[in-house]
Amino acid sequence: MHDITVVDLSRLQFAATALYHFLFVPLTLGMTFMLAAMETVYVVTGKVIYKQITQFWGKLFLINFALGVATGLTMEFQFGTNWSFYSSFVGDIFGAPLAIEGLMAFFLESTFVGLMVFGWHRLKPGQHLAVTYLVALGSNLSALWILVANAFMQDPVGAHFNPTTMRMELNDFAALIFSSDAQAKFVHTSIAGYVTAAIFVAGVSAWYMLKNRHMELARRSFRMSVLFGVLSTAGVITLGDALGFVGAEAQPTKLAAMEGLWKTESAPMPFNLMAFPSQENQTNYGEVKVPYVLSILVTHSLTGTVPGVDVLEQRAEERIRGGIPAVSSLKMLSADPKDPVAMNQFTTHQKDLGYGFLVKRYADDVTTATDEQIAQAAKDSIPHVATMFWSFRVMVLLGLGMLAFFVLGLIYTLRNTVQYKRTFLKFAVWMIPAPFLACEAGWLVAEIGRQPWTVYGLLPTWMSASTHSVGYMVFSLIGFVAVYTVFIVIEMYLMVRAIRKGPDDGNGAAELDVGDLSLPASRKTLAEA
Amino acid sequence: MDIYASLQVVWWLLLGVLLIGLAVMVGMDMGVGAILRYIGRTDLERRVALNVIGPHWDGNQVWFILGGGAIFAAFPLIYATAFSGFYVVMLLLLWTMIIRPVGFEYRSKMPSAGWRSAWDWALFVSGFVPMVVFGAAIGNLFQGVPFHFDWTLTSFYTGSFLALLNPFAILCGVLSACMSAAMGGVTVMGGAEGAIAERSRKVARLGWALAIVLFAVGGFWVAHMQGYVLNQFPGAGVAQTPLQQVVTRADGAWLSNFHAHNVLWLLPAAGFLGMLGSLFSASSERPLLAWWMGAVAWIGVIGTVGCALFPFLLPSVSNPSQSLTLWNSGSSQLTLAWMLGFTLVFVPLVVWYTSWAFYVMRGKVDPDQVATDEHAY
Ligand code: HDD
Ligand code: HEM
Ligand code: HEM
Repeated sequence: MHDITVVDLSRLQFAATALYHFLFVPLTLGMTFMLAAMETVYVVTGKVIYKQITQFWGKLFLINFALGVATGLTMEFQFGTNWSFYSSFVGDIFGAPLAIEGLMAFFLESTFVGLMVFGWHRLKPGQHLAVTYLVALGSNLSALWILVANAFMQDPVGAHFNPTTMRMELNDFAALIFSSDAQAKFVHTSIAGYVTAAIFVAGVSAWYMLKNRHMELARRSFRMSVLFGVLSTAGVITLGDALGFVGAEAQPTKLAAMEGLWKTESAPMPFNLMAFPSQENQTNYGEVKVPYVLSILVTHSLTGTVPGVDVLEQRAEERIRGGIPAVSSLKMLSADPKDPVAMNQFTTHQKDLGYGFLVKRYADDVTTATDEQIAQAAKDSIPHVATMFWSFRVMVLLGLGMLAFFVLGLIYTLRNTVQYKRTFLKFAVWMIPAPFLACEAGWLVAEIGRQPWTVYGLLPTWMSASTHSVGYMVFSLIGFVAVYTVFIVIEMYLMVRAIRKGPDDGNGAAELDVGDLSLPASRKTLAEA
Repeated sequence: MDIYASLQVVWWLLLGVLLIGLAVMVGMDMGVGAILRYIGRTDLERRVALNVIGPHWDGNQVWFILGGGAIFAAFPLIYATAFSGFYVVMLLLLWTMIIRPVGFEYRSKMPSAGWRSAWDWALFVSGFVPMVVFGAAIGNLFQGVPFHFDWTLTSFYTGSFLALLNPFAILCGVLSACMSAAMGGVTVMGGAEGAIAERSRKVARLGWALAIVLFAVGGFWVAHMQGYVLNQFPGAGVAQTPLQQVVTRADGAWLSNFHAHNVLWLLPAAGFLGMLGSLFSASSERPLLAWWMGAVAWIGVIGTVGCALFPFLLPSVSNPSQSLTLWNSGSSQLTLAWMLGFTLVFVPLVVWYTSWAFYVMRGKVDPDQVATDEHAY
């Protein structure tokens, strides 16, 4: 049996390391494309300023990239180290996109990033540009494949359970990679990366404008970034809506939690603008409702309705009762895969197997499960509503805010007045954290909303974890926190330092000493060459 | 043989290819890290050594990532059982491994000597420890790992962390570290000149000499330890779980495949010849030949390990009958087939553009350029 503390610690560790990885990922996804765009302008126009622009942002990109790579390594192995049952249960399906990601995307991205950095003197401009595009292609392909993998956990299509091998197996590869959830997730998430890069470039450029440094670089970069930003923010919002639409089909419990929908209501349903949901009492406090809007948003019609928590719990309970015989017959099959009686019983109840596992948490021998235990398991099938409700609203609000920001920025830069709008520029600097927050909030919605499942409807989280001791888990968690804290401190320090130093255009070096963060002069510095 | 059994065998071979790719490509970069403080006395010398592998380490590292991903896709039960069983050791590997990208990228971003020296130590640790762990993990396969399954196929590891650091495992770990250090030396010889190249040559010679001794001792040891014998199982190419077989242990059983097929002795021979060849090519200042000989050595060593263990992949010492073999831990036929398709298309493509990248960056690293180029490491 699993120790639930170990499961919770494994969840915490996965969440911490994945959210941390995703601090660096979006910037990589977007920056590679922005660098390609900047370099294209350089190659097409031949203006040296664009080469400087490309190289300067490239330097910042690399500081971020190193941590993206380092933290990605952790993720690649964490499924095996901490989620071993999960890995053997769905590895037949889930492993494939991960391996393909390495073959198709990481090799491309990592091989050419080396040439992008070291190849300026060795490649012709056109060749170097091609290399930059290949890096961008590689990083976005990596997002595609990992999101195909993640989409399988959200909406497990293209696979079936094989009682002989006691695991999920692939039966339709095309269904797996063309799953509508995977498509929607890929476009929403990669474009979220473009938004992130656009805000980053706009914010740093605004800071130079405020300091009256590197004005050429800053104004041109700003203009490119807001153009990029308007388009991508509009895209992320449209596709976020599409993602919600797809997700509502696949995971009604996630939708109900996101919207704080305790009771099923008749169409047209109102939208909760604000509420304070209480899981215990299954109700919202301080609701602010907008009539009709929810039906329009999630069903794209005025007559559509979606089930609330009350109905969903009821359905879960029925499926748990159906899952109990599925689990007990599977146990017989594991001893004797040819047992015809067990096979017959299993085939009848197979579709509820995952729900049977849900109650196995409370009753190891599921046939002895009491009504209370079944009711508890049914309650578990609803994710934490308050977290979902607010994470979702944070993401959406930040998205709308960023859209407004970019539109304003575009107007100013097209009128050539942006350098005088000091308040706006200050605001732009403060916008830098917004897309990062939105991305993290998005993942919280996606992943907490999937609970209590790692593979929706098939494999509960509690069974997925490795059977480590609490001591091991505490040890590894502390280790990751320590290593990652040191990393982020160094990264922020180098990033801020590189930004303060600015590009080497002889245009602002004078101010360097004022805020320079380099170490005290008493430290020996190395004479180079 | 039917299609499924053939696919299983093909994937067993591909696993070998992958481990060889990992050992050669990641091993040499790790080796450079591990010997960096010795071969480079001044900061500039160290930077030159780092810039030899600078354009390529990230691409090379993907062999390691792909190692994880491909085992996951082709042998999920191995991925799950081995990585969770080796938990603390895996953490050691990961924590040291993830310092490397950061070290390469950040080391030369600040002028302070203390900063750079600290990163040089970090690069030493992140080059040395992972290769020791890699070798030690393989060493443990020969002795069996204490794990078993319950009826759901949830795995339980019952050994302690220290049990993984036993003498034979340490021998294998040191062997792998020596081979990597030697490959690192050979690599720097090819990309740098003067005193750095000279010191790298010394490392390469010492590394290969030690490796020859360790490989011989290891072989002798394996010949006398208890191996595993698969007595009864549902058959190759039959869908099955590890709950349906009978396995026993016998002295010297790890050599039975070699006794049955004499041609397999070519593999350990290739290991020794590669090491010797690389040693002599390094002595006579032919780094490129020495590098390829080193690759042959890795092929020999990893091939030997694989053929000795066949068909086992992860033997269990606490419940031998639940040992994992390539017949009971592989993915389904459809997954193996799809993955083979992707491999056949993309591996040649990867090899092609990686070669192009090495070609573009060919030649010796110029210290003057390292000192002035702000893109250099
Ligand atoms: C939507 C995008 C996305 C998501 C959800 C993830 N990653 Fe990631 N990952 C990237 C997008 C990305 C990237 C943009 O491609 C990175 C970031 C920096 C980089 O080098 O590539 C990367 C790097 C990166 C690396 C290093 C690659 C290299 O050496 O070049 C590994 C091994 C992983 N990731 C693995 C994972 C795993 C196992 C994840 C699932 C839990 C995961 N990533 C989530
Ligand atoms: C980098 C982006 C990602 C972020 C920020 C993220 C975030 C999270 C969070 C917050 C949790 C904890 C949920 C909870 O336990 O309540 C979690 C769990 C998990 N996620 Fe993700 N996730 C990411 C990507 C992925 C991907 C791409 C996969 C699969 C390929 C994945 C698989 C899992 C698994 C296996 C768990 C553990 C089981 C669980 O608690 O649900 N995650 N993730
Ligand atoms: C403003 C309108 C937006 C809407 C309607 C929206 C909608 C959604 C929905 C429904 C999900 C959950 C996916 C699931 O069911 O698993 C999601 C996830 C996510 N969102 Fe948004 N989103 C919006 C804006 C943004 C913005 C501005 C960003 C970042 C810049 C962002 C980044 C993410 C990320 C990273 C995820 C997790 C990955 C995924 O599940 O695809 N979103 N979004």
